[in-house]
Amino acid sequence: MTGATIFLRAFLRRDRWHYLWWAVGATLLYYSQAVSVKGLYTTQAQFDKAARSMEGNTAFIAMAGPARALNTIGGQVVWQATAFGAIVAGLMSMFLVGRHTRAEEESGRDELLRASAVSRHASLTATLVDALLANLVLGVLVAASLVAFPLDATDSIAVGAGLTLCGWFFTGTALVAAQLTSSTRSMYGVAGSVIAVAYGLRAIGDVGNPVLSWLSPIGWYQGMHAFSGLRWWPALLLLSFATAATGTAYVLFGRRDFGSGLWAARPGPARAEPALSSAFGFAWRLQRGSVLGWTGGVALMGLAYGSIGNDVGTLIGDSKTSRDVFVQGAGGLVDGFYAVAIATVALIAAGFTVSSALRPKGEEDDGRVEALLATGLSRRRWLLAQVATTVVGTVVVLAGGGLGLGLGYAMVTGDGGRIAPFLLGSLGYVAPALVLAGLARLLYGVVPRWAVLAWVGVGLGVVMVFFGPVLHLPGWVQGLSPYHHLALVPAEPFRWTPFLVLLAIAAGFSLTGLAAFARRDVH
Amino acid sequence: MGGVNDAIIEIRGLVKTFGTTRALDGLDLTVTPGEVHGFLGPNGAGKSTTIRVLLGMLRKDAGDVRLLGGDPWADAARLHRRLAYVPGDVNLWPNLTGGQVIDLLGRLRGGLDEDRRRELIERFELDPTKKGRSYSKGNRQKVALVAALATDVELLVLDEPTSGLDPIMESVFQEYVERFRADGGSVLLSSHILAEVERLCDRVSIIRAGRCVESGTLAELRHLTRTSVVAELARPVTGLAELPGVHGVDVEGSRVSFEVDTPRLDAAIGLLHGVGIRSLTATPPTLEELFLRHYGDDIATEEEAEVS
Ligand SMILES: Nc1ncnc2c1ncn2[C@@H]1O[C@H](COP(=O)(O)OP(=O)(O)OP(=O)(O)O)[C@@H](O)[C@H]1O
Ligand SMILES: [Mg+2]
Repeated sequence: MTGATIFLRAFLRRDRWHYLWWAVGATLLYYSQAVSVKGLYTTQAQFDKAARSMEGNTAFIAMAGPARALNTIGGQVVWQATAFGAIVAGLMSMFLVGRHTRAEEESGRDELLRASAVSRHASLTATLVDALLANLVLGVLVAASLVAFPLDATDSIAVGAGLTLCGWFFTGTALVAAQLTSSTRSMYGVAGSVIAVAYGLRAIGDVGNPVLSWLSPIGWYQGMHAFSGLRWWPALLLLSFATAATGTAYVLFGRRDFGSGLWAARPGPARAEPALSSAFGFAWRLQRGSVLGWTGGVALMGLAYGSIGNDVGTLIGDSKTSRDVFVQGAGGLVDGFYAVAIATVALIAAGFTVSSALRPKGEEDDGRVEALLATGLSRRRWLLAQVATTVVGTVVVLAGGGLGLGLGYAMVTGDGGRIAPFLLGSLGYVAPALVLAGLARLLYGVVPRWAVLAWVGVGLGVVMVFFGPVLHLPGWVQGLSPYHHLALVPAEPFRWTPFLVLLAIAAGFSLTGLAAFARRDVH
Repeated sequence: MGGVNDAIIEIRGLVKTFGTTRALDGLDLTVTPGEVHGFLGPNGAGKSTTIRVLLGMLRKDAGDVRLLGGDPWADAARLHRRLAYVPGDVNLWPNLTGGQVIDLLGRLRGGLDEDRRRELIERFELDPTKKGRSYSKGNRQKVALVAALATDVELLVLDEPTSGLDPIMESVFQEYVERFRADGGSVLLSSHILAEVERLCDRVSIIRAGRCVESGTLAELRHLTRTSVVAELARPVTGLAELPGVHGVDVEGSRVSFEVDTPRLDAAIGLLHGVGIRSLTATPPTLEELFLRHYGDDIATEEEAEVS
């Protein structure tokens, strides 16, 4: 394989940070479950009680997996982390494969390399090895962290090995997707759908017909029953299907032309609909997909929280720390819990707001702004349309989160009375989110390369909500986070003053940024 | 025609710095109505920077810039409706098709000529249903060209618009630029493709290190340079090297070769004529030589040496 090692070395160098972040993320996902479960329950009797309550919660089972040995730490780790861990490994594999296959072909760099003296399969093989290694690192770190916790070594290794194998499976399917499609976007579409279907099949299977779970690689992983009667044969299923998918990718690779996929690219409309040609219509079109995606994701997360219903007490245990973190505000246990749940969902929604506010910077960095601004569209109108999209999108995403929470709660308890308060509580967070958007706008107008610092605001919000009560930080430090000032609905009544003050600050930031943008060089 | 006040583009002493880099250093440029003006210079000379100032993307540090009678910074959006711009590096939106981008840019400029749009798409053999990422560099440029040429504007600002086009598409492009000029439009064309410049441009400006070093018609520029002469003479010639404007005289018996500043050609040939010419070839500078003379560093230093 002339050249494969050269490619591989280059890939490994380029990917080392990716490796690191994904591996750290996945390890934390597993390890933090072990830590948090251990801290949550003071006695085994309480643990047993909580486990029984979880076993009866269909929504949780659909989300996480079959309920087995939930009154043990190992059982909890497998239950809470494996489905999401498999998704993490799948996404990592998908992005690694996408980066080195379709994205390279699109950029034309790959062509340059292929034209030099390397064998035809060199870059494909290097991509494969790169992704296999990345998943191996993931599995080893997860297993090592669990062994170190300490949990039973054999079962811990099984959890890590299953994770690696899931990653290998999704590496294989991503490689196939890369041969079928002709653009990076559609490749991510196909490979991502495989992960989503795998998750969906086992979700339906675990609460309904178990056969469906056996059609999913995540189902096979969980079918290994680590920490609850470990068996290895489902791992063989993962390994053989991963091998088969990879082999298929190699066969397909030989049958396609460079730069194209086996599926012809789907043509789009030859004409623009009238709405596209207004400044706002255009900005909305660019962000539509991301608004819908975030709304869906945040709403699902809300549903998951809401479906806890009134079982709040058993779930969060009775340790002082966890009560301090998960129950805040002046009301009772349930209201206090949902006040924090709404804040959590809102902080995740802030991810949309900040990335949306940074969109103009992305457009400028990618060199797509100049051609637009060289038309009758003025700078102010262009940027205002982007701001309007961020505002509308933020309202939509937060409404999705609030409705999800309310509906989830109503489904489990049969009580629809909380839909409105949850929705209103969630919409209150429009104000702090827009402060962060305004900060991004301000930085974008004044010093564009610092605009990404607006993410620090999200980080600050997370720290203050979850660690503020535990760390007993002084009030002014907590006050730095715009998320700190709102009333904790539904545990406290909504207060207009902080809401309006935050909105005014957001508007001030945003207008200053707009004015600065109108005066600076555009690149 | 061509007076200072009705110039399409009028730049005097333009200065633009990026940190410590002085990208434009007192640049002058005039484009008169109805002309195709070639804008030439080596890489990094400041052509794109000039165009970005003209389009109101960059703020000038000093100098006067007038575009279509207005201030390109203060009246940007209003002026932009009267011009169309094609960058050399066209970046499209990944999820919009070429056809959508053409409509978008055209409508934001105030409207497209539907018939011309259809004709251009056909002539450029562009598939308007493909999405942004799947276009090659040349096809991305065609998208921007169709959007520009299908709008009714007074001025085309083109920054290396054909760097990705194949020769057939290049000639389609030239045809449309000629048609645009015949309809009374003006063009500022930055280009490294000399054949294109020679065919299209009425006048050219050559810039180097942020200054205009030469400006005029191609004939005028040729006039400024040297003609190479090789002659077979009846007798050896004397006094040729002493003539003003004659360089590099090389005598081998009755054969003589030299270069002469084109305005001095008459005197040099006169001297040869006095001796008796058996054969003579006089080669005007090719466009390449013309530009290399202005682009290359060594020639600049040679000129400086001659001046001192
Ligand atoms: N945004 C910027 N920041 C810093 N320097 C810049 C910037 N834009 C241009 N320059 C510098 O200004 C000078 C002129 O660049 P410009 O792009 O105008 O050249 P050009 O004549 O268009 O060259 P080419 O023929 O390669 O397109 C170069 O030295 C370049 O490095
Ligand atoms: Mg340039």
